[in-house]
Amino acid sequence: MLEVNKVNVIFNPGTIHEKHALKDIDFVLNDGDFVTIIGSNGAGKSTLFNALSGSVEVSSGMIKNDGQIITYLKDYKRARFIGRLFQDPFQGTAPNLSIIQNLGLAYSRGKKQSLALAISRKDRQYFYDILKRLGLGLEQRMDTPVRLLSGGQRQALTLLMATIVTPSLLLLDEHTAALDPKTSIQIMELTEKIVKENNITTMMITHDIEDAFKYGNKTFVMNNGKIVFVLEGESRKSMKIEDVMKLYSTYNIALSDVNVLKQ
Amino acid sequence: MSLITIVGGIELGLIFSILSLGLYIAFRILDLPDLTVDGSFVTGLAISGVLAQQNHPYLGILMAVIGGSLAGIVTGLLHTKLKIQAILAGILTMTALYSINLIIMDEKPTVMFFGQKTIFSFFTGMFFVNGIDISKGLLLIIINILIVALMIYFLNTKIGLSLRATGDNEVMVRSSSINTDMMKIIGFGLTNALVALSAAIYVQYNQQGSYTVGNGMLVLSLASIIIGEALIGNKTILRNLIAIVLGSIVYRLALTYSFQMGLPSSYLKLFSALIVVFAIFLPQLKSIYQNYRKRVNHVRGQ
Ligand SMILES: Nc1ncnc2c1ncn2[C@@H]1O[C@H](COP(=O)(O)OP(=O)(O)OP(=O)(O)O)[C@@H](O)[C@H]1O
Ligand SMILES: [Mg+2]
Repeated sequence: MLEVNKVNVIFNPGTIHEKHALKDIDFVLNDGDFVTIIGSNGAGKSTLFNALSGSVEVSSGMIKNDGQIITYLKDYKRARFIGRLFQDPFQGTAPNLSIIQNLGLAYSRGKKQSLALAISRKDRQYFYDILKRLGLGLEQRMDTPVRLLSGGQRQALTLLMATIVTPSLLLLDEHTAALDPKTSIQIMELTEKIVKENNITTMMITHDIEDAFKYGNKTFVMNNGKIVFVLEGESRKSMKIEDVMKLYSTYNIALSDVNVLKQ
Repeated sequence: MSLITIVGGIELGLIFSILSLGLYIAFRILDLPDLTVDGSFVTGLAISGVLAQQNHPYLGILMAVIGGSLAGIVTGLLHTKLKIQAILAGILTMTALYSINLIIMDEKPTVMFFGQKTIFSFFTGMFFVNGIDISKGLLLIIINILIVALMIYFLNTKIGLSLRATGDNEVMVRSSSINTDMMKIIGFGLTNALVALSAAIYVQYNQQGSYTVGNGMLVLSLASIIIGEALIGNKTILRNLIAIVLGSIVYRLALTYSFQMGLPSSYLKLFSALIVVFAIFLPQLKSIYQNYRKRVNHVRGQ
């Protein structure tokens, strides 16, 4: 269970560049919840993820994951139970290491660093199997440096890396936005499959309103540092694009996403 | 060049290759410039020399390695914990080491122990080629092979892989729950451990050493790395490490040859610096030339 209690993030406090990027964010997620997050540029979506994963320090408030208060836990320590994917496929992998070495690093998450060989024969077989299940043929290229992979292949690999040790929270920040439509669908389906199989609590930022309602069981609408609307259950199921537009205009949300939709 | 100077050049190359192998970790794997080197080289030299003087050559090597790695760890801590830029962190440690090195050498600018036991004593006079003793060289080859093998193994361990990834994509490493600060500190420590090892062997090889020998050591070593990579390449780690060792030997032989042809040895550092500048400039030169060609063709085409 993830509990977020009155979290505020203020960048450059007390200067002319002061930016109150998150304002009293408050929500609770149950295990297995899959939340999609929409909102215009600069709404604070990525900042929320940064606060949850520890790459940005919160100014006030509390974050609790599975009963443990993690508000001030270092980012790399939180990474033991929080998996994360970014929009940029280059951010999630080490380009000069091979596919199998990247997986090996991810697989050792939360285990002790040691002078044992990073990848045992058993690991190799295991990585082969899970790569094969991915269905992208990557199992034939395990020793290829990741820099030679396409964006979609990298993102699929990153997804595998983020979930190879099942995280208790998975944060997806527009992780399909840089991919072509076909690959994007492929990665989304893969995401849903992995998340469902392992019952991972997931939060996904997207600018694709259709995806926002197609996947997951809850939707947060963010604007100007706040969660202005939470949609779930029946009201969420019956949401139409027009309703979203109406919602946006009620809250004076910039229409960027809606424009994307019309195309 | 006579055979004896060639053997001498190779031996020196095999000593300084250890220094270059150390630099490889900071410069190539972590992509962090480490300027501690000029200081930690003298630290290794001082510790090893002083202990050899007191008839403890092996202990000297061991303590030198420990001393060097401590120096590297200090640089790593300055860089990661106090957020000082890597270059400045290295310069700070190096400057502080000036004093520490002098203290280790009992305020004397040189250390000498001619005729005393060194790590080479046992190996002297065992193997000859054309009447020239190559035993020292053989010992140095064995040491180099051992170090390269250990490095290859290490870089494939869990820590080693984390180290490589840290130089590659820090964000990814942190999101794999690895403390990148720790990796950088380990990297600086290993680099300077090898630097000090190289110096510790160097001083026992010469049975004397001076306090000033560290000046410019970093650039000297970078030059030999660049030469090696140009000759042999850096496709795989093994290949890269072999390139570094051979580059170091080639560089030493080239220097020995130039000095024999009458080049004053005072030019050594000037040449090393020029080689590094040239190697960095070469790719730019290529693109400048290509742009020039494009423009010329463009004008002609009109
Ligand atoms: N490190 C930072 N320092 C200062 N301001 C920041 C920082 N990170 C984000 N901000 C500001 O906080 C606000 C929220 O940014 P954030 O990246 O969270 O938006 P977002 O909702 O993810 O937008 P997008 O849809 O464009 O990705 C923006 O005004 C941004 O300029
Ligand atoms: Mg964002």
